[in-house]
Amino acid sequence: MNIIQKAGALLLAPPVVDAGYTMHLGLAALARLRHLPRRWRSLLDQMHLCGVKSMHVVLFVNFFIGMILALQLGFELSRYGQQEAVGFAVAVAMMREMAPMMTAVVLAASVASAMAAELGTMRVQEEVTALEVMSIDIYSYLVVPRMLALTLIAPMLTLLGAVVGILGGGLIAYSQLGLDFSGYLRNSLDSLTDTSFLGLPRSVYAGLIKSMIFGFVISVIGCANGLRAEHGASGVGNSTRAAVRNSIIMIIVLNFFLGKIIYQ
Amino acid sequence: MIRLEGVKKAFGSQQVLDDVNFHVPAGHSLVIMGPSGSGKSVILKHIIGLLQADAGRVLVMDKDVGTLDRDGLAQLRRRMGYLFQHSALINWLSVFDNLALPLRETTNMSHAEIRERVMHVLELVQMTAAEAKLPAEISGGMQKRVGLARALVTEPNIILYDEPEAGLDPEMSSSVSHTMRRLKEEHGMTSVTVTHSVSCALTVADTLAVFEHGHFLISGPPTEVLNSDLPRVREFLGAQLD
Repeated sequence: MNIIQKAGALLLAPPVVDAGYTMHLGLAALARLRHLPRRWRSLLDQMHLCGVKSMHVVLFVNFFIGMILALQLGFELSRYGQQEAVGFAVAVAMMREMAPMMTAVVLAASVASAMAAELGTMRVQEEVTALEVMSIDIYSYLVVPRMLALTLIAPMLTLLGAVVGILGGGLIAYSQLGLDFSGYLRNSLDSLTDTSFLGLPRSVYAGLIKSMIFGFVISVIGCANGLRAEHGASGVGNSTRAAVRNSIIMIIVLNFFLGKIIYQ
Repeated sequence: MIRLEGVKKAFGSQQVLDDVNFHVPAGHSLVIMGPSGSGKSVILKHIIGLLQADAGRVLVMDKDVGTLDRDGLAQLRRRMGYLFQHSALINWLSVFDNLALPLRETTNMSHAEIRERVMHVLELVQMTAAEAKLPAEISGGMQKRVGLARALVTEPNIILYDEPEAGLDPEMSSSVSHTMRRLKEEHGMTSVTVTHSVSCALTVADTLAVFEHGHFLISGPPTEVLNSDLPRVREFLGAQLD
């Protein structure tokens, strides 16, 4: 093996193998969606864990994101005497970009890490091997409920996050920019009445589609890293760190391409 | 029932199994002893299809494990039980649900039938009082007995024990060994056991084998192996007896 082959094996092989396994896991889980009737209880448990237990963080973060947007945009717009447009700008930014992305980042940090740690611990303690020995399909039993739960919960949390973010922006518009709160809200709602699809404005459905895809990707990355954990506690730590890091990278990259596809 | 023919397995440059051959007839109990890290558990993992041999064949109930597809392997595994060294119970399921899991997932049994079967095996290992407890709420010895019950709940033809006495006190270890012996005598169960405990081996084994450096140093009836003149076997078993 020459030096180029060694460098390739050392630097390129691990991420390629990881990416390949993650894609395989995502497809395997999708192919097992027909098992859902047997997994509804587990699905509800996972939705509770992903949704209810992350909701306060998602709302808190989005509320502040809305306030930051309103403050910065308000100051700049007021230089041109356009501060009334702050409702429009905050609503569009929250719905299209900030709520889906910030919600996904919070879910990556809280849920993907938890999935990787939980499944990673199961892997190193031979619980996953025990399931395999008992002829239990681990993709169906472990991955499908987690994947579907986060895919369904992410858009719900995003919608709530966007609403709270817009309200946070309204608080700043009223208290710092001297705008009328009801006018701000009217302005925000007017911005969300562009081309509609199935009764939803484009900014809304674009945000929901993005967040649904983010939820799917985060859950698959979390599960894949957990199921590939090895070498005890330090291995679980590595898989958890990789799950969060890879999820956030994928969220940012996908956000760009999805935005381009939807709005171009 | 279980036959290994010329099985070789290497991890990197380390040859863990080097031309391993043995046959375990139906109803027979083979016990494998050997130093830690010698590859004893690797043999069990080949029998259950968790690892594939680099060369040679692993035949279980006349089926070549290495050539089975996913469904074939799943069918074969349903006829086998596996007791893990650290029990490997699913941490979020109660004792009852841990035992019911393979029945719910791989059979069409009704709730009543599953309950009856689970309670029967819990009785066998004297753990009925713990049915509602989580694995973290019971001791290591109790977890081991629940692990044994889970291995038995599907009524397998073959059972593989990976260090069944590990982490148990002498009394509990003896109790588990006698349960294993009873299963063999009353149910005619075929078994392969990996252990470091001579007393477990003497209680359970029809054939005792000592494994080191990728192959068997000796195998035969337990008394014959214990009285062997081979220096390495005497050295190893002597240390265990001490």
